[in-house]
Amino acid sequence: MIDHILTLLVVIPLLGLVPLFVFMRSAAAVRQVAVVTTGVELLLSLYMLTRFRVGEAGFQLRESAAWLPSLGIRYELAVDGLSVLLVAMTTLLTFLAVLYSTKTITHRVGEYMASFLLLEVGMVGVFLAIDLFLFYVFFELMLVPMYLIIGIWGGSPRKLYATLKFVLFTLAGSLLMLVWIIAVYLASGEPGARTLTLPALLAVRDRFSADFQFWVFLAFGLAFAIKMPMFPFHTWLPDAHVEAPTAGSIILAGVLLKAGGYGFLRFALPLFPWGTQAWLPVLIVLSVIAILYGAVVSAVQRDLKKLVAYSSVAHMGFVTLGIFVLNAQGGVGAVLQMLNHGIVTGALFLFVGIQYEKTHKRLIADLGGLANRWPLYTAFFGVFVFASLGLPGLNGFVGEFLVLLGAFRFNPPTGPGGLTWGPLAAIGVILAAVYLLWMFQRVMFGVVREAYRSLPDLSPLEVACAAPLLVLTVVMGVFPQPFIAIIEPSVQRIVALATDPALALFK
Amino acid sequence: MIALAWLIPLFPLAAFLINLCFGKRWLKHATGPIASAAIGLSALLSIAVFAEVLGGKTRTVVQLYEWIGVGDFRVDVAALVDPLSSVMLLVVTVVSFLVHVYSIGYMEHDDGFWRFFTWLPLFVFAMLILVLADNYLLMFVGWEGVGLCSYLLIGFWFERPEPAGAAKKAFVMNRIGDWGYTIGMITTFLVFGTLNYVEIFDRVGIASQGVLLLICLTFFLGATGKSAQLPLSSWLPDAMEGPTPVSALIHAATMVTAGVYLVARSTPLFAAAGPALQIVGVVGALTAIFAATIALAQFDIKRVMAYSTVSQLGYMFLALGVGAPIAAIFHLATHAFFKALLFLGSGSVIHSVGGEQDMRRMGGLRSKMPVTYWTMLIAGGALAALPPLAGFWSKDEIVCSAFQNGYPLLWAVGVFTGALTAFYVTRALWLTFHGEPRDHHLHEHAHESPRVMTLPLMLLAVGAVTAGFAGFPPDAGFIHRFLAPALEVSEHEPQYLTIVLLALASVVAGLVGIGVGLSMYARHRPDPTAVSRAAGGLYTLLVNRYYVDELYDRRFVDLAKRAAGASWAFDMHIIDGLVNRLGWLFTLAASGLRRAQTGIVGNYALSIVAGLLAIMVVYGGYAVGVLRR
Repeated sequence: MIDHILTLLVVIPLLGLVPLFVFMRSAAAVRQVAVVTTGVELLLSLYMLTRFRVGEAGFQLRESAAWLPSLGIRYELAVDGLSVLLVAMTTLLTFLAVLYSTKTITHRVGEYMASFLLLEVGMVGVFLAIDLFLFYVFFELMLVPMYLIIGIWGGSPRKLYATLKFVLFTLAGSLLMLVWIIAVYLASGEPGARTLTLPALLAVRDRFSADFQFWVFLAFGLAFAIKMPMFPFHTWLPDAHVEAPTAGSIILAGVLLKAGGYGFLRFALPLFPWGTQAWLPVLIVLSVIAILYGAVVSAVQRDLKKLVAYSSVAHMGFVTLGIFVLNAQGGVGAVLQMLNHGIVTGALFLFVGIQYEKTHKRLIADLGGLANRWPLYTAFFGVFVFASLGLPGLNGFVGEFLVLLGAFRFNPPTGPGGLTWGPLAAIGVILAAVYLLWMFQRVMFGVVREAYRSLPDLSPLEVACAAPLLVLTVVMGVFPQPFIAIIEPSVQRIVALATDPALALFK
Repeated sequence: MIALAWLIPLFPLAAFLINLCFGKRWLKHATGPIASAAIGLSALLSIAVFAEVLGGKTRTVVQLYEWIGVGDFRVDVAALVDPLSSVMLLVVTVVSFLVHVYSIGYMEHDDGFWRFFTWLPLFVFAMLILVLADNYLLMFVGWEGVGLCSYLLIGFWFERPEPAGAAKKAFVMNRIGDWGYTIGMITTFLVFGTLNYVEIFDRVGIASQGVLLLICLTFFLGATGKSAQLPLSSWLPDAMEGPTPVSALIHAATMVTAGVYLVARSTPLFAAAGPALQIVGVVGALTAIFAATIALAQFDIKRVMAYSTVSQLGYMFLALGVGAPIAAIFHLATHAFFKALLFLGSGSVIHSVGGEQDMRRMGGLRSKMPVTYWTMLIAGGALAALPPLAGFWSKDEIVCSAFQNGYPLLWAVGVFTGALTAFYVTRALWLTFHGEPRDHHLHEHAHESPRVMTLPLMLLAVGAVTAGFAGFPPDAGFIHRFLAPALEVSEHEPQYLTIVLLALASVVAGLVGIGVGLSMYARHRPDPTAVSRAAGGLYTLLVNRYYVDELYDRRFVDLAKRAAGASWAFDMHIIDGLVNRLGWLFTLAASGLRRAQTGIVGNYALSIVAGLLAIMVVYGGYAVGVLRR
């Protein structure tokens, strides 16, 4: 038995920084420290899963302590069905990203690995914190290491522009959120009884007037929408991805974007149900636009990384659509879609990166015929491409289908104005096949170029990085129910909080 | 045995996994026999299951596990074994087995041998899931799975651009249909609260006709994609870029019939949905005649067969549309045998003439490859619906049903298309096997295929002769009695006089087609080139397949590409332009305030601070204002 699992999850990467700085001079030692640290973190998160009681909606493994007692701010960590799998996915992707980086990063290895460990603290913390202020601290903490990872280990001279754009966009949203976190704090009670801890806030949420909720939801929503990113706040994403090193892209797409969707579900929906209702139509329209627009723009990309980045915009559109249709299927679908997108798009960025390491080309026109030389690469990449375009039997389908089901239910075909959002969003599924298969055809099929003939297929390390993702892609497609069983109760609770019929009385 | 129904798809799955993991390095050519043996076991088990269903177990559900369950939405991985699915199991596994065996010979010298025998059992697995599923969502898994395998196998020779493009086209056009399937499926769930066939059909009455029509038409859109009906038909001829056994199995005998199976399975829904069935029938009839006319003017032997398949699938939908689902499934089964045989025979020819597919360079091959010739002749006769071959019984029943159920126009289309069919198959067989060899080099090297290929041809020929007797006597044969409980068709007294007269009309039409074909190609009376010249624009239209591909490529694809390009430009210049302009504005303001700037990064940093301060002051002030109230 291990106590304080959640605190340990936050602390272990920090502890890893100590030996890391001690052995800073030796690249080999630094790599080992980073792999071991993130590996232990991964094992601990798996242990956390075994301790998690499936079927309960509320918070579990909670740890709380006073932090700034005079302000009523507390150190509160907990998991529920919404966050527990996201935490596990974060530790897995971080471990794989670090593992892959041991081979590819040779410049300032110590600083690089330190950034990743710090990043992991922020990411794990974001999913564990249930105090708004603590959440905000972790939310911002993710930003700094990623800024460095893109800015120092990124690709072209444009990396500074890209990383700054990323930081400015995100900061613009999150600082606004900070202002309104303070407002929430002030509105939460009389002086001395104020709080920012989620369960306590939920108990007093009736104090937030409809007008207040309208504005506070806008601020929170903007921060999360930029993070996701939702259309039209997405233009930082393609730039950041193109410049980021492979491992940075994996984490950016796999985990950082999820903080936005998670924030909506964890805080914005249950705390501000009126705000949610007020902004709902806008958010649903923006989600459907993101699904279609992301896919269409993706289709004409010439750079592989940009293509995957725009496809992320479309996929995250499914997440927000699922969240805002406010029903069980949509919500569970959204959470599944976050997990699946993390796994599959993380893997796609990994494979684009592997390919780039070998050919040093990322423009689709410069590639072609790679299937001839790399059967193993083709098999892995093919599975992830088909998972990404939502082939039933692989994980992507389950989430997308549930989101579509939720969207149809929100706007049923038999009702007035029926058959709008669901069928429109479903067109995104066709488009995904278009842009992904077109890309796959141009990159993998055809006659291989002379220059690529002697390039080796996947190395054992690359297989080791991809295999866990491949297994999850198949398992979560064929046996999604164990995962749904973890997610569903908590999502049901959030949906109930956001659609509480008692709310109508206050209106 | 029915309890073991899940083993039927599990054998091909096992073969897939074994060949995938060990095929390239260790098994190599052993992958062929492994896959064939696995499918053989599935076929034996299917026969056993069929026998048990025949023995009276007309509806058994074999539960495996709960697949997805959220709130009131529950979907299981479960199999429904009833007469309809057991017939399909039988057809799929038997034809698959024969095609697998044949492929051991056909693919022998291909570098991708192991890859071929990895994808082919995967296809069979997906097809069996499609057939066995007891609900629409699980069927969709098989539905998309066969689409995936079709993609992989059409693009089998992916180094050449045509197969790679054809594979993508097939998948994308199928996806357009699947959009319809998805809408139909979700609407079904919202109306009936379940996706399970049996539960849905038990409560068809609770839905209004309008909603049912929506469900049926969207499902039918899915069927037109998978079964290459208008307007989503043009991917199938292109799919002939795949290896010929693939064309035989996937693009003639099994996968493309999935749409027919879907509509047949949903008969209770369609029957209650007003004009839905009529629409199905009209689309089927139009497709039948549309594709048959194109087949008249093609010279690639596989393309002729491909258009013929589209046309025959049209007949099956025609049957469904006129309320004769049994005839549709009957034709599906007989067609699986004789069309697979025609394709495999074509493959045998192509194999022997070094990959040539243009019939203008063939001719006189009859003596060189007698087994191929005779078996293809039988299959051709079945396609032309000559009695007593299999195609006669099933196609005639479709055409008769159209007349008897009150659709004389569809009957006329069916009979006329029958004449066209007889003509183009006569033409194809004559150009290939008879007359003088037109390319002596090819002719000299031509040879009969090895036993591993001819044996499946002979076995399929047995099917092409005998499968039709399952439908004898018409309207009251074995197949009718067997399928009636599953399709909920009421049995009625057959009117033999009408049937015989109608059959006579069809046979005469077929004989006319054959006669004209023989006269034109054997005796040049009239000469085919003269005819095509006389037909002028019509002939050009047919050779160019009504310019459907040009329409799709030039108009739709081009338009889509332009729209996508415009969207990207919008993204870069408008959305991102605004963002950058905002930064630039702040920079401008800042540089007015402070001349000394270190560089562009600093400018941006300053601009964000300035901008944020401005926003925070305004917005934060509002927050305070709101709180005060």
